Amino acid sequence: MAKPDVNPAIQDGGAHGFLSPAAGFRPGVVSRVSTALKEGQVSPTELCQRCLSLIKATKFLNAYITVTEDTALRQAEESEKRYRRGQSLGDLDGIPVAVKDNFSTTGIETTCASNMLKGYIPPYSATVVQKLLDQGAVLIGKTNLDEFAMGSGSTDGIFGPVRNPWSYSKQYREKCGQNSHLENEDSSWLITGGSSGGSAAAVSSFTCFAALGSDTGGSTRNPAAHCGVVGLKPTYGLVSRHGLIPLVNSMDVPGILTRCVDDAATVLGVLAGHDPKDSTTVQDPFNPFKLPSVIDVSKLCIGIPKEYHIPGLSSETLAVWSKAADLFENAGARVIEVSLPHTCYSIVCYHVLCTAEVASNMARFDGLEYGHRSNMDKSTESMYAATRREGFNDVVRGRILSGNYFLLKQNYEKYFIKAQKVRRLIANDFVNVFSSGVDVLLTPTTLRDAVPYVEFIKEDNRTRSAQDDIFTQAANMSGLPAVSIPTALSEKGLPIGLQFVGRAFQELQLLTVAKWFEKQAKFPILQLQEMLDHADALSHQKISLSS
Amino acid sequence: MAAPMSGGGRLCRLAWRRRAGALHSGAQPAALGREPGKVAETQSGVAPWRAVVGLEVHAQINSNSKIFSGSQVQFTAPPNSLVSFFDASLPGTLPVLNRRCVEAAVMTGLALSCSINKKSLFDRKHYFYADLPAGYQITQQRLPIAVNGNLSYTLYVGAKQSQMVTKNVRIKQIQLEQDSGKSLHNDARSQTFIDLNRAGVGLMEVVMEPDMCCGEEAAAAVRELQLILQTLGSSQAIMAEGQLRVDANVSVRHPGEPYGVRTEVKNINSLRFLARAVDYEIQRQIEELENGGTILNETRAFDYKLGCTIPMRDKEGKQDYRFMPEPNLPPLILYDAKSLPANIDDQQVVNIDWIQERLPDLPSVKRARLVEQYGILPEHSFTLLNEDGLMELFEDVVRKTQMNPKKVIGWVISELLGHLKQYDLTVKESPVNSVSLADLLNLLERGVISSSAAKQVLEELWKGEGKTPLQIVKEKRLELIQNQRELDQICQAVMEGHQEEVMEIKAGNKKVLNKLIGLVQRATQRRADPILVKQILEKKLSQ
Repeated sequence: MAKPDVNPAIQDGGAHGFLSPAAGFRPGVVSRVSTALKEGQVSPTELCQRCLSLIKATKFLNAYITVTEDTALRQAEESEKRYRRGQSLGDLDGIPVAVKDNFSTTGIETTCASNMLKGYIPPYSATVVQKLLDQGAVLIGKTNLDEFAMGSGSTDGIFGPVRNPWSYSKQYREKCGQNSHLENEDSSWLITGGSSGGSAAAVSSFTCFAALGSDTGGSTRNPAAHCGVVGLKPTYGLVSRHGLIPLVNSMDVPGILTRCVDDAATVLGVLAGHDPKDSTTVQDPFNPFKLPSVIDVSKLCIGIPKEYHIPGLSSETLAVWSKAADLFENAGARVIEVSLPHTCYSIVCYHVLCTAEVASNMARFDGLEYGHRSNMDKSTESMYAATRREGFNDVVRGRILSGNYFLLKQNYEKYFIKAQKVRRLIANDFVNVFSSGVDVLLTPTTLRDAVPYVEFIKEDNRTRSAQDDIFTQAANMSGLPAVSIPTALSEKGLPIGLQFVGRAFQELQLLTVAKWFEKQAKFPILQLQEMLDHADALSHQKISLSS
Repeated sequence: MAAPMSGGGRLCRLAWRRRAGALHSGAQPAALGREPGKVAETQSGVAPWRAVVGLEVHAQINSNSKIFSGSQVQFTAPPNSLVSFFDASLPGTLPVLNRRCVEAAVMTGLALSCSINKKSLFDRKHYFYADLPAGYQITQQRLPIAVNGNLSYTLYVGAKQSQMVTKNVRIKQIQLEQDSGKSLHNDARSQTFIDLNRAGVGLMEVVMEPDMCCGEEAAAAVRELQLILQTLGSSQAIMAEGQLRVDANVSVRHPGEPYGVRTEVKNINSLRFLARAVDYEIQRQIEELENGGTILNETRAFDYKLGCTIPMRDKEGKQDYRFMPEPNLPPLILYDAKSLPANIDDQQVVNIDWIQERLPDLPSVKRARLVEQYGILPEHSFTLLNEDGLMELFEDVVRKTQMNPKKVIGWVISELLGHLKQYDLTVKESPVNSVSLADLLNLLERGVISSSAAKQVLEELWKGEGKTPLQIVKEKRLELIQNQRELDQICQAVMEGHQEEVMEIKAGNKKVLNKLIGLVQRATQRRADPILVKQILEKKLSQ
């Protein structure tokens, strides 16, 4: 049985204190809010307004690029009418959600945090966005990211870096021995990880209940780990990419960021399934599931990949990982060391495949049909060149250049084909491990806890991405589902996440294991109250966060 | 290896053009009088030049919607009115393969005796061009849908072009791909307008091996391909509307030597220009080489006004298309009866055997049938197929008349088609349809009118006033005089009025009889059956 004190992420007396933990069985946050909405304890409009107020109060986090206040309130009103009629559309009806700003949203600016798409208002919505809206979810805003999702810090977008809410937590401030005066925080605030840092920060700071990220090499799981939230990367082909502005088509997957595993399962249930608009989604029908409340892991086999024990891994993350393995062992699970022998080639192989597809995908941004167009009008070619120089940042341009290099006729065999072969070997590593009887792999999500921004930018984007994607990108190379679960706080009081990798299309098993682990981990709640008090005392009073 | 040129006179002429030329007064000779074969023979003492011609034919697939999007396909529509989000390459949009396009390619592949690949792949071909919104074209570079086929075509050879020769060209592959949009340049204002209606329309690129050796052969091969596509309905293949576009790869060499450097001639939008462009390019290369020059591996455009090929400026730099697998489209898997999985939704699969069973009769089969069934000449069968709708009209007329098909064919080709050519009309546009032609020929067959009267009626029908042949015959009083006594009297009157001639005939000069017949015809306004008149006159003269 779940213990009442394993609260996924509801802040006591905090933002959503009106939802006091019930005793005994504890479904996810979303279903509890949904119940509160049904019972009239809170209305969708109130809920929406509270989130909007919180967004304002946490504006300095820079989690959102666009806050869709008006449409959100309108959607909340619609939801309210449905609840009044007793015709709720489901668990997500009236629930405020955020969407990474690389998903197309009808009538709402979609920028990819790039000058290239600044001001671009798509005429259609991504399938996953539409599915959320069709379930009555309230879209509260579009979240910040690295330009075109290229990065692992959420620091390289035109709207500036996203700040990790944990920078302002009681836990971190106390451990760091710093006072919580905001005047001093400029040097100490932490990155969120990325590239879906805005979505992770939005969920982590309670401004929404779920957010969409995208995950190409770890872009959902990495910031989830750094921000202390659940980050799910579903199996490639399970969730439609239609409307997700691509980074690497063969690896991109819409990611789900939530406060707890149950919520991730709820959102997955809404998003998953074949989409005729995305030919890479599988035809097999997907049955939405609820995770069991009583979970027995004693018959499971948990694999610990030995190649993931690498020099750069921080000792405390290693300790958390070992402890997690012990938890499973103590619960009767078989925990074995396994080998994924091609792991060491994965990141360089990922780099070749990623840049090649980036070079191709970015070719459409020529200033003709949409987005930025340079004033340069000497010739079509010079207009293209100027548009692309002005529109893309160095990271994007760098990846385009290297990708095109790998695709040149004389290099194609040497780089691209070879990388594809290595990718197959990496995928086979996982196939072999899973066919040997392992159910789920347990690994770290990141090398260490979040670093301060000033530290992070000492290395360039490419070096950072290569380091930060080390544990995550293999799941993208092999298409497997993976989830990062907030596990413990570091010595600095910052979140450390662990990753579970499951068999293809076995999200039910993966999330069941993750839910069991979540309960054991007892990850603490982000204590933001102090930060909010300081951040905007006035507006805080107005919105009366506590019930 | 390219097929060597046929020995003997190389004055090959196309079956399809021969008929057209014969009927079309002032028709241009196809090869500009610069036959490559002839030029080669002028090089005394030196081995003659041999030309090697390969073709890449782009055929727009005849489908309701585009190959990867739901936009409609329509040749005449206001600019940018048929553009989906995908066609405009809006970020986040994905291609969804149109089943109809796959079926069209399979059909075409089967008709060209190709092996159909049960698994084929899509690739991206990158280049920046204003009418290519995504910056790449989705095509099938690595593993196309059909390979290793064959196309037989026929042309006329020999001094009088009386000899029909059947040739073969190997089909290397058929690949599915997207068409690009259209750029309209306004040089005066240095502006370019982009129309994306065509962007994303399905294309079949048919790649022919370099098995041809002159413009005539190239044009004949493309004409046969065009007929096959039209028969299948896989493409409307109208060159003037850009539904069939041909790029020709041309090189020359001496026999036994390896291939020479080739040029690619683009912008060819009619069969006539194809023949001219290829022959011009062959001639140009020969002259260039004989003058000690070299051939550049370049792209050239055919300028139909100047009748020559010129280098294309915008393609000067060597392109590296940076091919890459298209990650948004899984491999295209086709099935046959053997591999078809059980319990599969028919709508989800393309079954090669099913398509094979439903292939319509191909032009070669139709021609053979026409020759066998109606006893017409093989060249007539070519004419019937070459003119859209003419075969149907012919067969319709045959069904509706008692006249021997061998006679009907003369009326259809010499008279009807002759008229159409003269006024540059298609069979569809003809004011004379199969019903009125059949009525007319029945009047002739029943002896109601003479064949010269029939031609008069046809002239009237041509005016398109909606009258039936019988009405015209009545109005113009064109019926043959059936009344023997009436004819007798007329003949008698003519003889009486021309005693001199009668005397001459009686003196043994039989030729003068024709003059009397002519006089009778004039007297009857050609309403007399000449054979009957002759009999009557002879009888009277011998009395």
